[in-house]
Amino acid sequence: MRIKVSLAGSAVFFFLLSSLTSVAQQTRVGNLIGNASRGKALYQRYCIFCHGEYGDGRGESAPYLDPKPRDFTKAAFKCRSTASGSLPLDTDLYDTISRGVHASGMPSWKPLLRQERVDLVAYIKTFSPRFREEKPADPLVIPPEPPTSPESVQRGAELFQSMNCWLCHGKEGRGNGPSASSLTDSKGYPITPFDLSSGAHLKCGESDDGIFRDLMTGLDGTPMPSFADALKPDQTWDIVHYIHTLRTNKGQPMQTPPSPSPPSEPKAE
Amino acid sequence: MGIVSVNKMGTHLLFAMVLLTATRPAHAIPAFARKYGLPCSACHEAWPMLNNFGQTFKDNGYQLGNDRDSPIYQQPAYWPIMFRVSPTWHRESNNRVPVDKVPGNSTSGLVESTVTASGFDVGAIDIVTAGTLSRNISFFVQPFIGSNSAALEQAWVRFDNLVGSRWLNFKMGKFELDEPISQERALPLSNTGGIYYNYFFTPPGDRNFFTGIGNFQLGAEVSGHSDNDYTRYSVAVVSNNNGATGLQASQAYNLYTNFNQAFEVPGLGLQRIGVYSYIGRSPTFFQTSGGQPIPGTGMGDRGFYRVGAYGQWYLGKFDFETFYEHGYDNVFLGNSVPANQPSKLPAGAVGPSWNGGFVEGHYDYNPRLILIGKYELIRMSQQANPSNRGNAGNLDTWTVGYRWYPIMNPRAGLAWVQEYSRIVNAGTAPLSGKDDINNSFLMGFDFDF
Repeated sequence: MRIKVSLAGSAVFFFLLSSLTSVAQQTRVGNLIGNASRGKALYQRYCIFCHGEYGDGRGESAPYLDPKPRDFTKAAFKCRSTASGSLPLDTDLYDTISRGVHASGMPSWKPLLRQERVDLVAYIKTFSPRFREEKPADPLVIPPEPPTSPESVQRGAELFQSMNCWLCHGKEGRGNGPSASSLTDSKGYPITPFDLSSGAHLKCGESDDGIFRDLMTGLDGTPMPSFADALKPDQTWDIVHYIHTLRTNKGQPMQTPPSPSPPSEPKAE
Repeated sequence: MGIVSVNKMGTHLLFAMVLLTATRPAHAIPAFARKYGLPCSACHEAWPMLNNFGQTFKDNGYQLGNDRDSPIYQQPAYWPIMFRVSPTWHRESNNRVPVDKVPGNSTSGLVESTVTASGFDVGAIDIVTAGTLSRNISFFVQPFIGSNSAALEQAWVRFDNLVGSRWLNFKMGKFELDEPISQERALPLSNTGGIYYNYFFTPPGDRNFFTGIGNFQLGAEVSGHSDNDYTRYSVAVVSNNNGATGLQASQAYNLYTNFNQAFEVPGLGLQRIGVYSYIGRSPTFFQTSGGQPIPGTGMGDRGFYRVGAYGQWYLGKFDFETFYEHGYDNVFLGNSVPANQPSKLPAGAVGPSWNGGFVEGHYDYNPRLILIGKYELIRMSQQANPSNRGNAGNLDTWTVGYRWYPIMNPRAGLAWVQEYSRIVNAGTAPLSGKDDINNSFLMGFDFDF
């Protein structure tokens, strides 16, 4: 009898455990629930030739791509709203699929259905056990952006130097700092710092909120660190304003107000 | 004009259509797959049929928009060129071919007989070079090389994203109209199944220079689309020469418009509905010199139009394409009578009109195997000449087949194809005026690189 009770207890325990696990695995973006099985079929159609059958970034096209496709097994993603080293939110992955990653082989997959993109997120998460074992950290709370001013831009320029951003991005943000030529990503592939003066699309979105977020979270898998512990919010905004001037005015003070950030929740498109 | 002569014209038109099919292989463009490292399946539901991602890429001027579109990002040796060719075995059968009673004796009289031909064959080779000349300037050049002929099928340049907007793109040259469902990307290949007859239809006895929206046209096009391509439009002004180079017809221009809207249905997929129209005028006679028409001097233009609606419906792994067209030609065009000689119109002559459509279904088992079924029909609603048989010009076609892609990579495409198709042309047998029936069976490879 005791054994039966024990077995029943174990069954209940494993049922609860599997339920908790499935909750942890569930992929949700807005009101859409991801289906990894459907996502697998989509992955095989759209993604497999770059990211590989096992999601390790070793697809057939990978040798010819620069930068290399993301290795999903590491669960390290550049574009996140969570702290450095943390798993991304489902919406982070969804946004990356939808937006694409500029200056890489990753296009925008916005022509896919929203449900299809959520299904892809669900499947991508199956490549790493981390998504079964961990939960993403709470998303970064971005404080209200103070108005841009010449003083703010000037403070940002000084921080850009004092925080050693210039070592990689160069004194004028051209991606040609003294460390630039020796940088590698987490897999040892050479990586080039972003040329902030080019005006090209930023990898993780171009809104001021997005730049603020990148500074706080860093770009995992690349040498770009998180400055969350080193910068106060006002200081971060100062750097954002300075970067904005690099992008639009080649380092000259900017007078125009920054653009608002786009929402990340899926909506009718 | 008697029934027999009208029927002969209809038969000739049919042969012309079959010839068009045989010499116009559709295309996928592995040059793009090589450029971006993407597989065929990224852009094609099953190549050459585009999915929404591929259609967006095309509508963006063959650009992904990831800052790697400009030619400067390619290896200098990269040349965006592809070819496509289809070595096949096929069998063609026609039940109403006029043949001499005694073979080789042209005076022995004609009888209708079934003629069957079969064997190994290779279709025309399709060569395409296309891509971007610069960021937001795209191009497309498609020469055609047949067994005994060569031609320039498409050649155009397109300025993309004018004033920074996807809604404004300008193209000029010789191009495929933004057809409701692309003839160039049709999945069937066989002589009778590989063509959308509604795209090439003119009624028996009709002499309209324009023979259908399926022909490449010379002109200029303005088009635009939303960022996910759910909303699309195009407006094209084309010369009235049916795509023939050398200013052969008249100085009239025709107008083609197409608009479609897609929407998501949860659990089913992307659905798209659209409307289109082609409105034009065609010459009925020419200035002559010594009795011979002078090319480009067509006059006595008379009007015609083709209008219709269509849809693309996804039901999970099934998808259906539905198409409807209503056509009308002016009475002078429909009776092949010069507009300056109205007395030659037969008594009771009117402008011919008709309705047509097709349903094509696909089952996308996986990216490597697709099953195909198609039914198409045309029904004359009004004959140009009241002495014509009421059903002259009507046709029905059925096609079933599949395409299997044993390899699929970012370098090339290879498909094994099997297909059976049948067409019944009502009342067009050259001698008897009975139904003319063609059967076509095809199997073979279809590959491009």
